[in-house]
Amino acid sequence: MGAQTAVMQENAGRAGPDLNTQALRTDARRESLRLLALLSPSLLLVFAIIIVPIGWLFWLSLFDEAGGFSAANYARFFEQASYIKTFVTTFKVAFIVTGACVLLGYPLAYMLSQLPRRAASICLIFVILPFWTSVLVRTYAWLVILQRKGLINSWLIDLGVISQPLSLANNLSGVVIGMTHILLPFLVLPLYASMKTIDTDCLRAGMNLGAGPVATFRQIFFPLSLPGLASGVVIVFVLCLGFFVTPALMGGGKVNMWAMRMEQTTSLYSNWGAGAALGVVLLVVTLALLGLFQWLLGARATGVWSSR
Amino acid sequence: MSIAPSALPIGMRGIEKRFGSVPVLRDLNLDVEAGEFLTLLGPSGSGKTTLLMILAGFVRANAGSIRVGGDEIITTPPHKRNIGMVFQNYALFPHMNVFHNIAFPLKQRGVAAAETAERVEKALDLVKLQGLGERRVDQLSGGQRQRVALARAIVFEPRIVLMDEPLSALDKGLREHMQIELRALHRRLGMTTVYVTHDQREAITMSDRIAVMNGGRIEQLDKPESLYARPQTQFVASFIGESNFIPVECRNGSVWYEDRRIHTAAATPAAGQYLMVLRPEKLRLLATAEPTSGVNVLNATLSDIIYQGDSFVCYAVLRDGRQLTLRDYCRSDVLAKMPAPGQPVSFGLDAQDTILVAAD
Ligand SMILES: Nc1ncnc2c1ncn2[C@@H]1O[C@H](COP(=O)(O)OP(=O)(O)O)[C@@H](O)[C@H]1O
Ligand SMILES: [Mg+2]
Repeated sequence: MGAQTAVMQENAGRAGPDLNTQALRTDARRESLRLLALLSPSLLLVFAIIIVPIGWLFWLSLFDEAGGFSAANYARFFEQASYIKTFVTTFKVAFIVTGACVLLGYPLAYMLSQLPRRAASICLIFVILPFWTSVLVRTYAWLVILQRKGLINSWLIDLGVISQPLSLANNLSGVVIGMTHILLPFLVLPLYASMKTIDTDCLRAGMNLGAGPVATFRQIFFPLSLPGLASGVVIVFVLCLGFFVTPALMGGGKVNMWAMRMEQTTSLYSNWGAGAALGVVLLVVTLALLGLFQWLLGARATGVWSSR
Repeated sequence: MSIAPSALPIGMRGIEKRFGSVPVLRDLNLDVEAGEFLTLLGPSGSGKTTLLMILAGFVRANAGSIRVGGDEIITTPPHKRNIGMVFQNYALFPHMNVFHNIAFPLKQRGVAAAETAERVEKALDLVKLQGLGERRVDQLSGGQRQRVALARAIVFEPRIVLMDEPLSALDKGLREHMQIELRALHRRLGMTTVYVTHDQREAITMSDRIAVMNGGRIEQLDKPESLYARPQTQFVASFIGESNFIPVECRNGSVWYEDRRIHTAAATPAAGQYLMVLRPEKLRLLATAEPTSGVNVLNATLSDIIYQGDSFVCYAVLRDGRQLTLRDYCRSDVLAKMPAPGQPVSFGLDAQDTILVAAD
């Protein structure tokens, strides 16, 4: 009898303040461990193909040609004017190509978004079609079209529009034309997707409240398409910064971009440390740009831009 | 009810609309009086939204005429119609705050900044959203969005306000509250209003008149009480309120259900087949001893009784197998004479509550 009472008292004491706190905490810990176990294959993969190579790249960039530990690879960017020039060229090309993609891509995406469903999906196939051909092939095709005795120049001369062939390839304009063609879908697709999500009732409401077609576009459609435009612009801009094939083939040696510099440094001069430093700088600049965009978009979402 | 000085009547004539070869509106005629609150009521797919879209100018009719205060507007572009609209999903501009949403129509009309601020403030007051001008749209609750949409649709004092199921996204309590507020707002501002709903109770609560739509036509246009008391078609009788129907026949100037003569208060219609409309709350339980002169008696077998606290519902089956429903309050005198399920019952219906409609 006495023992029984003691057991009951003990049970009552545990049930009162405790209420399985310990068991629940253990259970929660066990659950997160299980989740971690499930995630581990993909985490391992990320580690093996992203973290390790980038870490290695960074490590390589810290050694000079003689194998000594130094910051010479980074100091070189500030000492040699040619690096700064390459850097400027890269950004110039990226800005021009992104601008050209916006000018061509926005009306295209707008048209696609306004077409009936069937027509839009057929037109979208034409936008995506070039993806199925290699960048190299397309770049050579542009070379054939744009060169001094290429299609465009011979047509224009035959038609009597010009007497001297235009220099369209082997310079900056060739690079811009080729890259714009290749990167356009990267702008159009996210932009189109975001335009499709704009509520037609919002546009109707705009007209209902007295805004004509132009005002409705300017004050409602365009602002609502900006997030899609921003993500397209970021993708195109970032891809431009690391672009290699087209500037190498269409630039005629006159347009030196960052990725070409990397290629020269590693395969021509076999200076892996310097090449790695170039890679690290490109990576850091790209990440900084992405961060900036993220911050701007975040600011927009919290309404800093919204009250105009 | 005050009529706003800017309120105008609408006259719609012969509106036809087909999507492809499917007719959605068929020879539709409708007059809305200046300052009236008119509701288009009908089941889903009956063409209510389409008619509203044609009024607002977003959908082009195949034929017809719309006159607003004498002016033909059927080809006027939407932004020149000066008609306010509240959309079903509110269609607020997500990139603008509440103030700019409401100021939008004023901005389009070139109203000066000071006056805009004043009018937006007044509109916010009217919909009880004082001080929320700086809120972002996504920080508002459903009911608040609804109010912003309403404020935006009336701030520019439009000639006409259209609303497409504006309360359907709100929960029941808020919906009933907003019904009363919308009604009060309409009383105060007196703008011509065309309101769309598929909820008969909402239509009855809010409207001056109701146009019942079915299959792209207006079946009946009437005051809520007349619509309920005197439906003209089987569709209207079954869509508004609950009804059971039994077939009756008119011959030799009187109405017959099987071999029993039916008393009616209204004049007997032309000979032919009709349906008698039996509203659950118009029927009453008869004790066998009660005199039945001038009362139509229906003998049936009680199949079930459901108590609902304040009231009860009796389900009974007529000899021909048709269902009857009776609803009454739980008074002790009624409960005292309540038979048990399986027993015969007599339901009485007064002659002035006896409605006949043409069979569909
Ligand atoms: N854009 C459209 N294309 C084809 N059919 C449509 C379109 N809009 C509406 N309809 C059809 O017209 C009919 C009426 O629709 P609607 O006016 O939306 O009805 P309600 O608002 O009364 O539910 C429906 O059968 C619907 O399928
Ligand atoms: Mg509808």
